[in-house]
Amino acid sequence: MSINFEQDAQGIVTLTIDMPGRSMNVINSELEGPLEAALSRIEQAPDITGIILTSGKESFVAGADIEGLFHIKEPLQAFELAQQLKATLFRLERCGRPVVCAMPGTALGGGLEIALACHYRIAIDHPKARFGLPEVKLGLLPGGGGTQRLPRLIGIQAALPLLLEGKELKPAKALAAGILDALASDRADLLAQARAWISANPKARARWDDRKFRIPGGDSKHPANVQMWAIAPSMLRQKTQGLYPAPQNILSCVFEGCLLDIETGCEIESRYFAELAVGQVCKNTLSSLWFQLNDLKKGAARPAGVKAPPFQRVGILGAGMMGAGIAWSCARAGFDVVLKDLTLEGAEKGRSHSQKLADKAVQRRQMTPDQAAALLSRIHASASVDDLAGCDLIIEAVFEDRELKAAVTRESEAVMDAQGVFASNTSTLPITGLASQSTRPAQFIGLHFFSPVEKMPLVEIIVGKQTSPETLARAFDFVLAIRKTPIVVNDARGFYTSRVFGTYVMEGMALLAEGMDPNCIEAAGRASGMPMPPLALQDEVSLSLAWHVAEQTRKDLAAAGDPYSPHPGLTVIDKMVNSLGREGKKSGRGFYDYEAGNKQLWPGLKDHWPPADAGLSQQDMIDRMLYAQALETVRCVEEGVVTRCADANIGSIFGWGFAPWSGGCLQFINAIGLEPFIARAEELAGRFGERFAPPPLLHEMAHEGRSFE
Amino acid sequence: MTQAYIYDAVRSPRGKGKKGGSLHQVTPVHLLKNLFDALQERNALDTAQVDDVVLGCVTPVGEQGADIARTAVLYAGWDQSVAGVTQNRFCASGLESVNLAAMKLMSGQEDLVVAGGVEAMSRWPMGSDGGAMVMDPRVNAAMDFVPQGIGADLIATMEGFDRETVDRYAVRSQQLAAAARDEGRFARSLVPIRDVCGLPLLAHDEFIKPDTSLDTLAGLKPSFQMMGDMGFDATILRKYPQVARVQHVHHAGNSSGIVDGAALMLLGSAEAGAAQGLKPRARIRACAITGSEPSIMLTGPAPASRKALARAGMNVADIDLFEINEAFASVVLKAVRDLELDMDKINVNGGAIAMGHPLGAAGCMILGTLLDELERRDLSTGLATLCVGGGMGIATIIERV
Repeated sequence: MSINFEQDAQGIVTLTIDMPGRSMNVINSELEGPLEAALSRIEQAPDITGIILTSGKESFVAGADIEGLFHIKEPLQAFELAQQLKATLFRLERCGRPVVCAMPGTALGGGLEIALACHYRIAIDHPKARFGLPEVKLGLLPGGGGTQRLPRLIGIQAALPLLLEGKELKPAKALAAGILDALASDRADLLAQARAWISANPKARARWDDRKFRIPGGDSKHPANVQMWAIAPSMLRQKTQGLYPAPQNILSCVFEGCLLDIETGCEIESRYFAELAVGQVCKNTLSSLWFQLNDLKKGAARPAGVKAPPFQRVGILGAGMMGAGIAWSCARAGFDVVLKDLTLEGAEKGRSHSQKLADKAVQRRQMTPDQAAALLSRIHASASVDDLAGCDLIIEAVFEDRELKAAVTRESEAVMDAQGVFASNTSTLPITGLASQSTRPAQFIGLHFFSPVEKMPLVEIIVGKQTSPETLARAFDFVLAIRKTPIVVNDARGFYTSRVFGTYVMEGMALLAEGMDPNCIEAAGRASGMPMPPLALQDEVSLSLAWHVAEQTRKDLAAAGDPYSPHPGLTVIDKMVNSLGREGKKSGRGFYDYEAGNKQLWPGLKDHWPPADAGLSQQDMIDRMLYAQALETVRCVEEGVVTRCADANIGSIFGWGFAPWSGGCLQFINAIGLEPFIARAEELAGRFGERFAPPPLLHEMAHEGRSFE
Repeated sequence: MTQAYIYDAVRSPRGKGKKGGSLHQVTPVHLLKNLFDALQERNALDTAQVDDVVLGCVTPVGEQGADIARTAVLYAGWDQSVAGVTQNRFCASGLESVNLAAMKLMSGQEDLVVAGGVEAMSRWPMGSDGGAMVMDPRVNAAMDFVPQGIGADLIATMEGFDRETVDRYAVRSQQLAAAARDEGRFARSLVPIRDVCGLPLLAHDEFIKPDTSLDTLAGLKPSFQMMGDMGFDATILRKYPQVARVQHVHHAGNSSGIVDGAALMLLGSAEAGAAQGLKPRARIRACAITGSEPSIMLTGPAPASRKALARAGMNVADIDLFEINEAFASVVLKAVRDLELDMDKINVNGGAIAMGHPLGAAGCMILGTLLDELERRDLSTGLATLCVGGGMGIATIIERV
């Protein structure tokens, strides 16, 4: 049984949720059934004086089961699912006896909604415990009354950020916010406090069941709230571009529900929940950011059954932005790090990056001063190759130059652990070519980090032709160990992420070359759901770097005798870099002028790329930007660079922020449907160039009725 | 078709719409009673002959709620057979009353109608009635709602009206209004307002600031910058992607003022007027209402004016004087540009920037002002137009008889 029912001499019943075979309790029929049975028993036993709801696990309840919800296609089914849980929670809330929720730890989503339906909430002050309603991050809303009880408990304006951002609070913060009523030191204290409260409040009931109840800070029509409602949708859409229906529906639940009684509000919540649950954005989000991400973290891309001894000591070559960031991430995860640069000064400078991050973490109380000191002591700055002795993983993050990379490979391999792995953080150079300079190409691999490393969650692992399964397995485990998400791709120019990302900014520049209004190009980029518009993004990554990479590619292809067809956007980079001297943000001049923190599109763009007679619709521009990326991803699949749908989707969202509403580059195609996608791509190809022509793989899949899975 | 004639127009002076304003202590119903009394007295009106009273009110809640038109008819002691209806067409409400009254007459179903409006903005502030457009997040988002000031600033940005241009227009409004008041040009319509025991409260428009100059205005901070930065600018710019950013140029000094006020107009057929022994002053040539882009909300005057002109078979050149409601300076400047108007013919006695904009009454007020000025100058035709919340425009063309 999932719930243990225990009644003591005072008539207090302790309901302990402890689902068998699970490390955490989740809400599903295995829990709801026993909970309803327990409630029936309580309702028929007048001698029961109070109820303590607790958990046998370290956490309370982690949330609701996603699996069942994912497959629901009918709104009525989703509506009834939400209504059913709510009916149970109303029974709990109105059972006529005081109900205390005694949480040993984390209560998220549906777990916290159960807690909110209790009359008093106590939690153990455990550093790992978190309280929040994170449903919005999965494209959903709290469908168990969370959008109704939370504002009634802490006020509309305090509840909204928690609901809209899905923020998870530590116990002390949850107490201060009014979500928790008290903290306990341990399990005994937790239960003792619960008992004491029941004894002191024998007639407790939900405060909103009192006729005189008023929502703290007023209901939805209170003048202060009306002002907030007027701007809330604008504030929200400034962030979401209107592409995410979940936070929008949360606003409506709170607004409408807080004009009415809680039962009506809860039913309205179920309607908005059902709209989301059957909607495409939720399906997109769940399929990639829930199921596929979980698969990746569980090792879907790791060679099965291969033993991989963990690394002990990591050497990092090059203490620039990337190297310094990698050093921090490794040290944070407990690895000893040698951070090597040409000069000790340079290495120390890289180490000071970690100092800054540690100081900030201490200031924000994410780390104790002792932890920070220990972390920093794990990073050894050095200018000597000899210090790499004993390193069993070396990651080079030196300048993107083949000869330089070959030189550091050779000198490192001479001193490092002979069983160790040498990894290159190159973002563009093929790994197999770099490995040809290695004495141990089977132990050579690509580990492509993203900047800023401390913030970006992804590492793209590139498997060279000769990379061994063991090397891959060790690298994979390492990426998980430093708390990043690994995707695994095969070796090719630009691998997966850099190659596809490039098509986005290139498309923006192609639009400029065609005489589209730069403001409209940027607006379309924002409206597509990309985190930054294309011209601003190209400025950030630097035009000169893009030109350098393009030239390298052209030379390499020429040397190999392969055909080269430059993207139409390249003419813009050429002119910007080589005639106009506008190299990007770093130089203060790119597509934008950067003066005194004021960023404005350079007015000269209109002189060099005169406006076309007719502009394109915004939808055409958006589709060009997104289709370009999706199609390049399909080509990566076709060429075997990407072999798993999860790698493509998660890589695109975590790597360069591909419109997260879509669920990633391949889910984007699924969501549109293969046939309509092909039709639109063909239309774009007819109007804008062959780069939009759908690859044969798509036709094949459409013919077979398959989608990307 | 029956012709609709204007027989009389009265209005209250406009009181500062806040605590301490001279009309703050008057209930909106009592404010209206002053005008009903005056209308009855000035025209020796047998009120039993009036079919209906159509009043505009934009915040019809509390004291202004529950059909203030019928309430005021009864409170003013008019015959109980006189009906009353309250409508809300946002800032156009006062003029909408006139147009509805005209249509009632033109259709031949009624013979004598009072039109007008009221707004006690100091007592029932703008927005007190809520509204899904503003407060319901789903509707608000679907409509891309932004406050009108943001729309006014975007008009200025897109039309290239810089801060000095809009401020210069505001100074003009103040100077013309002050001169008109001092010369008594508003005297024919103005009804001094008295309290319950007959003590005088206000006899002249008190919002005018004749000392306004470019320098004094230059010191005012843009009113909509902060809320624009908070998110409204982003909302409207998603509709206007070619604009990089909104230049916020409007402030309290070049936007319409918040005031209390009311206005009434007596309209009737030729026969009904003759039966009361009244002489018609003008006839309604045409009226028009139209919808415009709802996020900017304020671009309705030009299309509404064109629609009314077309209906009347007239051109811009056939109109002697224009009243374009001064919701914001950029609204007037854009309407002038779109309709290619001569500045000497528009708002010749100032407007809402100087005198204030009592929402439900304003349209009726500016039509009265227009008629008074046509008579004073012995001109023939006039057009009154207003921009309207939710993205609408209204226009009415009158011709003296």
